[in-house]
Amino acid sequence: MNRFVLPLGLFALLAVVLGIGIKHSPDKGTIASVLIGKPAPQFSLPSLTDASRTVRSTALRGRWYLFNVWGTWCGECRAEHSMLLEVRQAGVVPLIGLDWKDEDADARSWLAQLGNPYEAVAVDREGRTAIDYGVYGAPETFLVNPQGIVVYKYVGPLTREAWERQILPLLPTRQAAR
Amino acid sequence: MREVSLTRTGCRRERRGRPVACLVALAALVFGVTAAYAVDPTQLPDPALQERYRALTHELRCMQCQNEAIADSPVSLAADLRREVRDMLLAGKSDEDVRNFMVARYGDFILFRPRFNARNAWLWMAPGVLLLVGALVFVRVVQRRSALVSEDNEPLEEDART
Repeated sequence: MNRFVLPLGLFALLAVVLGIGIKHSPDKGTIASVLIGKPAPQFSLPSLTDASRTVRSTALRGRWYLFNVWGTWCGECRAEHSMLLEVRQAGVVPLIGLDWKDEDADARSWLAQLGNPYEAVAVDREGRTAIDYGVYGAPETFLVNPQGIVVYKYVGPLTREAWERQILPLLPTRQAAR
Repeated sequence: MREVSLTRTGCRRERRGRPVACLVALAALVFGVTAAYAVDPTQLPDPALQERYRALTHELRCMQCQNEAIADSPVSLAADLRREVRDMLLAGKSDEDVRNFMVARYGDFILFRPRFNARNAWLWMAPGVLLLVGALVFVRVVQRRSALVSEDNEPLEEDART
């Protein structure tokens, strides 16, 4: 009996280690952001909709916002657009867009055609701000709190499920968010 | 283009019974094309810098196409990350600065050669620990067996009779 204890123990240990590995393995190649719990990187970029304006991250302090990285070259961004419009409709949290490595004219006509869910859109022609945010594909959506800390990141086209189950519960009640 | 025409002649010859010529031409094709299709044409002014740039871009993962280094990937994010590496090297930053910059944004996953940290320490230690356990088991088994031999000092014939 005794001679089985050690191998059985080792097997159990291995099973636990591998189990943890499987449990924590990134879902469909999604890479956990190192930014969660850290201050959202600063940026100061031209506005897409108003060439005379600048969109500054410092001006966003003091309230919750969703920071959505997109581009007209990105097919999945088209897929998530109706969801973004719904988020705007809900009026719970403002959307700030980052137009990543795009043509301004294309982006403007995209918004004119599909509707503009964003309160402001910053233009990142060089892609440097996207790198600061650790963006590795579009679309990606970050939830930032009033202290300017990244609370949550969603990779891929925003789904109703992610919005209702992940993002909404993180937000304070409607009245407080407004 | 030149490699391709070489192969064509080589392979035509091969059909007439000269396989070596074909192989040589094929090699020229394979290696020639690799060079011709190199994703990254960046040239830094200083050969030492160029070498550091080459090494760094080969050890950073392209996050979009996760099994490729940024040096080998044609996607635009890889090009942007190469530009960051180049700019940082030209600004006199160290290799470690570049790695830290990347890890701060993309996490340890961007490094093809993972670093030792609190989270993966057990993984780094595991081979040593396993070796130690194996050695202990080995010593115990050897000790037990030698104990058996010293107890069992009767002549062989007696063993056979029982």
